[in-house]
Amino acid sequence: MNIVVCISSVPDTTSKINFTENNTKFDSNGIQFVINPNDEFGLTKAMVLKEALAGTVKVITVGDATTEPIIRKTLAIGADSAVRINKAATDSYTTALEIANYLKENPADLIIAGKESLDYNGGAVPAMIAEMLDLPFVNACNGLEIVGTNAKISREIDGGKENLSSSLPLVIGGQKGLVEESALRIPNMRGIMQARSKPLEVIEATTTEDLTTSISFEKPAEKGACKLVDADNVAELVRLLHNEAKVI
Amino acid sequence: MSVLVYTESWDGSFRKSTFEAASYASETAKLLGTEVVAISLGEVSNDELTKLGNYGVSKVVSCCTIEKGDSQAATNAIAKTANNASILIFSNTNTAKMIAPRLSAKLKAGIVSNVITLSESASPLKVKRQAFSSKAIELATVNTATAILAIAPNSFKLIETGGNCTIEEDLTNEKGAITIEGKETASGKISISEAEIVVSAGRGLKGPENWGMIEELAELLGAATACSKPVSDIGWRPHGEHVGQTGKAVAADLYFAIGISGAIQHLAGINSSKVIVAINTDPEAPFFKAADYGIVGDAFEVVPKLIEEIKQLRA
Ligand SMILES: Cc1cc2nc3c(=O)[nH]c(=O)nc-3n(C[C@H](O)[C@H](O)[C@H](O)COP(=O)(O)OP(=O)(O)OC[C@H]3O[C@@H](n4cnc5c(N)ncnc54)[C@H](O)[C@@H]3O)c2cc1C
Repeated sequence: MNIVVCISSVPDTTSKINFTENNTKFDSNGIQFVINPNDEFGLTKAMVLKEALAGTVKVITVGDATTEPIIRKTLAIGADSAVRINKAATDSYTTALEIANYLKENPADLIIAGKESLDYNGGAVPAMIAEMLDLPFVNACNGLEIVGTNAKISREIDGGKENLSSSLPLVIGGQKGLVEESALRIPNMRGIMQARSKPLEVIEATTTEDLTTSISFEKPAEKGACKLVDADNVAELVRLLHNEAKVI
Repeated sequence: MSVLVYTESWDGSFRKSTFEAASYASETAKLLGTEVVAISLGEVSNDELTKLGNYGVSKVVSCCTIEKGDSQAATNAIAKTANNASILIFSNTNTAKMIAPRLSAKLKAGIVSNVITLSESASPLKVKRQAFSSKAIELATVNTATAILAIAPNSFKLIETGGNCTIEEDLTNEKGAITIEGKETASGKISISEAEIVVSAGRGLKGPENWGMIEELAELLGAATACSKPVSDIGWRPHGEHVGQTGKAVAADLYFAIGISGAIQHLAGINSSKVIVAINTDPEAPFFKAADYGIVGDAFEVVPKLIEEIKQLRA
């Protein structure tokens, strides 16, 4: 069972988001980067599957050299090897194409990505990889079991879940539920030591043609002051919601 | 040249988000001086399909044998119908997120997701989208001749045109490698991403046994119920109710935050809601900085009173 986990490096969820160069670029100054939370579930799931079925776990990222600490962290958590395609991920299509091109040369049985990256929230790369490789795809995947050469999968739908089955190879967009939050693995001392000698291959990117371009950014309008209503006067809140805000 | 809209159905019925996508497509078609063609997957009755006419669709292609959860078959069916469309519109639902990016790769058409505005011009196409979990709004443009836009639910008004649409059946029977075995859903649940009102509660409620009043308030308002992350992590509420940066995004007209502190990760996912009401015992709770209306008080006293007052208003 050869598993590839696609990793994206994103600002820590507590980050305040700012922009520079006349609001055209994300300001990474002072930002702590972390493994994209949706990808963390996928990485732990890959480790669990590898331990049960034998095989390898390789992580892959499209990113510049600043993403290497995040890659080392995935190796410390337990991935066997890593590939970094040297290009800032500026567009979903070129990011997916870089990964798909690599996977055409180095096929995997299971490709796990996160359902979306918590920076640009594009949510497009995993489905695009599947299309480029002509493979089945399940998004918002919150359950996965491998039985022989087949996968039993569940995905989140409104108000519940849908159960599916598929042949392998398969691409999934993972999220919470793939493993329990409490089961998420974090690096330990031994893992950190071992990670230093695990292979991290850097490949030059070949794609240049972005299908979309980011022009500029703005922050949402600030809220005015909160109107406080006395706890003994709940009727006043209802009146305000009805007459002033007109939402009930 | 036309505008194609994917009109998603659930057990044979359209929802508000479907009509939002159709309305958006119809406004976009005006910009291009063209018409809107819809594509529907799965079994949907003619009565239901005809409703699309009222939102500006002139023709709907109904592929009743294709299952929307089979992204390979769905993508091929839509690509076939899209042959002369220059813009493809989706509502950004869980299923659309499986299909729209596949189409982008197949047609080499740039995709923008979480779109919250119409483009001011047909060429270049420029739209605003939510990014950084609603902490920022990005202006993006598409560089290809064909564009795919996935619009955020609840960010675009319905526009009724009173028009009619014709129905064309497409009986192509295709199947990808996925088999859909079945689903487990609670019936009668209102979708959090589409709901106009969301009643959300946090750890301040002390335990799962106290959710009765939250459900009662939600039912009274026709609202969806939601919760903070720790509440779903400890199993008080189902995972599907978790909202925020790592859960579902909410863009409701009215959002009640009851016994939720207002951590940055929670606020990130819900702050596109138009009106926010916070109820919290702690006057220093960060939620009061993000709310429009607030009550400093005990949820166990305030919520029952709120239910009574709303009942009186309705009476
Ligand atoms: C990587 C990461 C991602 C995260 N993603 C999310 C996310 O997507 N969504 C999310 O919600 N959280 C998320 N969190 C967690 C977040 O940081 C907070 O811990 C969480 O939102 C707190 O939940 P809470 O407000 O229910 O609980 P608490 O912080 O415990 O707050 C409970 C509140 O209830 C109030 N209260 C107590 N008793 C009463 C009463 N009787 N009546 C009224 N009020 C009362 C208290 O004053 C307090 O403000 C994330 C955290 C991390 C690290």
